[in-house]
Amino acid sequence: MPEPILQLLLIPLVKIVVLLVVVLLIVAYLTYAERKILGYMQVRLGPNRVGPKGWLQPVADGLKLLVKEDLVPGGAEKLVFIIAPAIVMVPALVMFAVIPFGEPFEVAGMTITPYLADINIALLFILGVSSVGVFGIMLGGWSSNNKFSLMGGLRSAAQMVSYEIPMGFAIISAVLMAGTLSMVGIVEAQRTAGWWFVFPGILGFGIYWICGIAETNRNPFDLPEAEAELVAGFHTEYSGMKFALFYLAEYANMMIVSAMAVVMFLGGWLPPFPNLLAGLWASPALAWIPGVIWFLAKMSFFLFCYIWFRGTFPRYRFDQLMAVGWKWLLPLSLANVMLVGLGVLLLKG
Amino acid sequence: MEHYVPILVYALVAISFPIIALLMAKVVRAGSPDPVKAEPYECGVKTNTVAFDTRFSIRYYLIAVLFVIFDVETIFLFPWAVSFDRLALFGFIEMMVFLAILLVGYVYAWRRGALEWA
Repeated sequence: MPEPILQLLLIPLVKIVVLLVVVLLIVAYLTYAERKILGYMQVRLGPNRVGPKGWLQPVADGLKLLVKEDLVPGGAEKLVFIIAPAIVMVPALVMFAVIPFGEPFEVAGMTITPYLADINIALLFILGVSSVGVFGIMLGGWSSNNKFSLMGGLRSAAQMVSYEIPMGFAIISAVLMAGTLSMVGIVEAQRTAGWWFVFPGILGFGIYWICGIAETNRNPFDLPEAEAELVAGFHTEYSGMKFALFYLAEYANMMIVSAMAVVMFLGGWLPPFPNLLAGLWASPALAWIPGVIWFLAKMSFFLFCYIWFRGTFPRYRFDQLMAVGWKWLLPLSLANVMLVGLGVLLLKG
Repeated sequence: MEHYVPILVYALVAISFPIIALLMAKVVRAGSPDPVKAEPYECGVKTNTVAFDTRFSIRYYLIAVLFVIFDVETIFLFPWAVSFDRLALFGFIEMMVFLAILLVGYVYAWRRGALEWA
């Protein structure tokens, strides 16, 4: 087969298929892991009936949601109601295009990169695409003709835009240290620096992680779907496949937030202290571990934290949520940008 | 530019995913429509107003305006952060001046009660 066709057509197509399958598989089993871990945290067993130890539970859930009756409330804005879940789902998937899962490797004389594209504005791309998801949530809440949905959608939008600002500042502190917006470039900068950016940027990392949880509307910031007051928030009226899309998007967004934390602050596919312990990582006992494993291990840790927080923390009140975002995280993240800027200036300049 | 072609193709695949999923569901799902089922959920109480008419707090609007102000600022910071190595001290001082001006606006908004929720 001629080289260009292979390089430009076949390999990207294979990567797209692998990426989609892996992402959807992880999302499906993340829901299983969540129920299982929450179960054990509350001294229950969690799902354990479908398949051995409940392993087939996600399949059963998917099938159930597929054949469920699909209700559209009377008086709803029907077209918007149907499009809204898709507007939430598509950006959640598209963001994975620029996540670098590992370092390039050689197969049959060709260099394969375990990411779809390495663009020099990857972080801006992710920030931009992720903002589109807010529209879906707002439109879904508004079009349902249901007061709970409307309030849930409004709260969700207010929460997401509030926490996007400190999150942006926290990301800027990582960009300051790396000097590039490319995801691969940020990981390489951490290799050059010899340490993960979490050590010099611990404050930025903390702010990013808190905002990441708030952006995905998870505990303790799950105000939009606070079931005690708003039933299910913006997706109260959704059922069947449309509900499944909202659900999948939430977990895909959790993966994105975790993956971004890994890339920006925890060295992406690099092992801990890539330079200091270089001898250790090159030893035959450990050298076989591919970067993808490191990446997925770190990402799983963050995903576990998500579930752990849900099992541990009580929910904020809405005014507290806004106060934390605007009065604490915003000035803190601004100060963090100044501090990191000063540090980079003193160390490099 | 060739980096963006795979992203475009991937985006098209991603867009087709919910469409295919919804169409598939349309073919296989159960359906027995009933006017009672189509009522908006309100704890079993019969709804007598349209949700679109519901009044909600003006604070949401204020939050959105504040967001626009600060988000534009974030966009200014990104190019500065990328070229920080080249701008060095001059760029740092200039950005600190910019942030200080913004901080004044932030304190003003706080003092005027724009950040209070209640």
